[in-house]
Amino acid sequence: MAEKINEIGLSRADYKGKPSTLCLGCGHNAIVAQVIAACFELNIPPENVIKVSGIGCSSKAPTYFMDRSFGFNGLHGRMPSLATGALFGDTSLIGIGISGDGDTASIGMGQFKHVTRRNVPMLYIVANNGVYGLTKGQFSATAEEGLALKKQGHNRYVPVDIVWEAIAGRASFVARSFSGDPKQLKALIMAGLHHNGIAVIDVISPCVTFNNQDESFHSYAWGKSHEVALHELSFVPPVRAIKVDYAEGENLEVPLYDGTHIILKKLSQDYQPNDRAKAMKMLEEANKKNELVTGLIYINPQQRSLFDLYNLPETPLNRLKADQLRPSPESLDEINQLMY
Amino acid sequence: MAESKNKSNPAEQRLSGVNEFSINIGTVNGSGSQTANLTILRAIFKMGIPVSGKNIFPSNIQGLPTWYKIRISQAGYAGRRKQADIVVAMNPSTFTADQDDLVEGGVFLYDEEIAHPIDREDMILVPMPVKRIVREAKPHKDLRKLVANMVYVGVLANLLGIEMEPIQQALEFHFKGKASPVEFNMKIIELAYQWAEENLNLDLPYRIEPRNLTDKAILVDGNTAGALGTIYGGMHFVSWYPITPATSLPESILEYAPKLRVDPETGKHTYVIIQAEDELAAVGMVVGAGWAGLRAMTATSGPGLSLMAEYTSLAYFAEIPIVVWVVQRVGPSTGLPTRTAQGDVNSTYYLGQGDTQHILLIPGTVNECFEFGWKALDLAERYQTAVFVLSDLDLGKNQWMTEPFEYPSTPIDRGKVLWEEDLEKIVDEWGRYRDLDGDFIPYRTVPGNRHPKSAYFARGTGHDDFANYSEHPSTWEKNLNRIKNKINSSRKELPAPIISLQPGAAIGLIAFGSTNAAVREALDYLQEDGVKLDYLRLRALPPSPEALDFIREHDKVYVLDNNRDGQMHGILALEVPEKALDMVSLAHIDGLPISAEWIRGQILQEEKL
Repeated sequence: MAEKINEIGLSRADYKGKPSTLCLGCGHNAIVAQVIAACFELNIPPENVIKVSGIGCSSKAPTYFMDRSFGFNGLHGRMPSLATGALFGDTSLIGIGISGDGDTASIGMGQFKHVTRRNVPMLYIVANNGVYGLTKGQFSATAEEGLALKKQGHNRYVPVDIVWEAIAGRASFVARSFSGDPKQLKALIMAGLHHNGIAVIDVISPCVTFNNQDESFHSYAWGKSHEVALHELSFVPPVRAIKVDYAEGENLEVPLYDGTHIILKKLSQDYQPNDRAKAMKMLEEANKKNELVTGLIYINPQQRSLFDLYNLPETPLNRLKADQLRPSPESLDEINQLMY
Repeated sequence: MAESKNKSNPAEQRLSGVNEFSINIGTVNGSGSQTANLTILRAIFKMGIPVSGKNIFPSNIQGLPTWYKIRISQAGYAGRRKQADIVVAMNPSTFTADQDDLVEGGVFLYDEEIAHPIDREDMILVPMPVKRIVREAKPHKDLRKLVANMVYVGVLANLLGIEMEPIQQALEFHFKGKASPVEFNMKIIELAYQWAEENLNLDLPYRIEPRNLTDKAILVDGNTAGALGTIYGGMHFVSWYPITPATSLPESILEYAPKLRVDPETGKHTYVIIQAEDELAAVGMVVGAGWAGLRAMTATSGPGLSLMAEYTSLAYFAEIPIVVWVVQRVGPSTGLPTRTAQGDVNSTYYLGQGDTQHILLIPGTVNECFEFGWKALDLAERYQTAVFVLSDLDLGKNQWMTEPFEYPSTPIDRGKVLWEEDLEKIVDEWGRYRDLDGDFIPYRTVPGNRHPKSAYFARGTGHDDFANYSEHPSTWEKNLNRIKNKINSSRKELPAPIISLQPGAAIGLIAFGSTNAAVREALDYLQEDGVKLDYLRLRALPPSPEALDFIREHDKVYVLDNNRDGQMHGILALEVPEKALDMVSLAHIDGLPISAEWIRGQILQEEKL
């Protein structure tokens, strides 16, 4: 069988990274696979992507996809600032940040809040397993109260809900998915990649080694049995024939800024993801019922992104010529006149 | 030893008289005194006499005591003097202490409403009817307190011979041409001048006489100079977090960049400024921007510098160009936020975990703040590393007279950056950390390069020549040694030390940064004392071979530090261990700029004169 080629003439092999060194069966590997699939299917040249991450198992993930993209494995909890600075180099680039629950919700909570508030245009995936893997099994801030770990005993504290924090932090695109649900995850990643602003996707990604007890909500068994998908999702890229197989009246189209749109097929709830207060209320009710809500939970495609707030030239800043950067000698004469 | 105490102080002999004296003004913080003080400073400057001003201010918005020290010096001395010839006491709470600042027989001006006792009999007293003069001018009641300080401007103008025209010019400059505040302040100044003319009949030795010594000079603070240097250096990206005394540097960029860095054709900005949520984020953004091919800088002071340690270590090891301005204040801890020091030499030089050692540029004049502003961006990109500019509060926040800023003498240097066509030529040999030229500096690509082989994975973890993760012992060692060699190779390319020699001198003095002003003055006194000293002003770390030769070639070398432990002395002693015992540390820290008198006293004592 001939290898499948996308519209820019690349095969899946052009999107591959280094072999994964994560544990066999790690949820993060499934996330990596969907990032590759989404970028391949959206015909994104790998050179147009910047991959950034912090520190932790999750943050190793960018090594395992798209070798032809620039990547930066930064500091623990401080990927948002790195990404903010880097993306200004050439604002036509697509930022993909991969973080973890420790990286985002513990050490990195401050920068996470500010990157959402600034609406830095990038995809921000949190591979959330409720546990520190690289240091071999400590609680993260998303671990649920009462969870037992081998050396730590029972967790005393209530967990941080990353989706809740992202919405409160005024992120313009907030979703949750499950690493065991490739179809939904891919649709969300594709939509996130087309969103003009920060797209936070909290992906419950079970740790097979340190936190995969059946009663933990970061486990496969729990995730599969308690997952409540808000919608069935389809992402529709531009200039493609739109094939909708849902009955009229059951679908909600959410147009994104660049002409693409996402189609939500309503399930049991009549949920519209464009109201921040309703989103938070829905999350609170789901929490009470011990349900893990997945899908697109909040979106505001109109919210101005960080780049919209700056009066930047068309040429990427990092390609400006030296004479565009240094003011004239005459201007310095004028400045000297002012110094008194 | 007894002799040395009796030895007359040349400072006292020569530093009082026409165009050679100092004024200490004690006021209340937030009372508008800065306008009055700058008006005096600028008017004297306009009359052609070298002048400088130091603001000794509290960490406070309003209400605590603040002092402004104006040094008028035809000879060009700009260092802090211990005592002033004229004291203006406007603040009841410091009235008694302010008397101690006055030289014997000096002039003591004060608000006559202050009822505190006068302790000294030698002073020439000038009680000023501040309230009466202000009332006569009929200000709006909200303004009464803010304009009261103009009274001493008028009285001093009369006593010292400061002309009204330059005072008017200074006010017009200060209020950016707005007519009504200029008129109103002038009215008070004229009334006070008139009062002094009619009521005071003093024959003072202190006079301002017009000269033409400032025609080719400018009056500016180091932070403004550093900001402008950064703008002319072609910075693209600034991220910062407010901290005293660095804040005014990025704020000056905010003020000037919109005028200077707009593309004339498109009206677009060629730079980005972000106020970050903290110093961790400020430096993180700068590292991201530097990696992506932007000339990026941040500015901070001691506490913020501590927070930047981790990202700085990453910039060093992943070889990302960034510039960090460190405007030093007094540590440890929160310390004295509004006072000056050189206490972050070590913490800057070695900032970060593991074996790190950075390039430091150390300006000693405000003019050098401008020059090093643009040079730092060139050096950071050339050496692909963090470059620090080590300034301090005295240099950064005070008004200094200096030569006009000189346009950068060399074109912008972007270092070894490969774009698509550059990479294509060497694509077979290229690896991000591969030393292709044998100069320890690899070639780098930046995000946005669309060549399919341009990408690499930057990381703070161990890596090989191709930026792949590696824990291999020899790979690690080879890479880290290359980085060390790279930094060391900069020694000859950094701003060279400035050396002034005296014939027959066998001993030397090394200083750096803002103490330069006091050192130059002290050298003159010491020459009169019969002490011959060669002077080397260090302008960068790691030190240049010339600086090390200077140490080797002298029998004894003093090293002056405005910190407790003699940090620069320690660094230099490690560089020339065979001369360590011949190096004498002169270290002092009390929050104030080091004075010429202190330097002279220490050296006389050491030389047993």
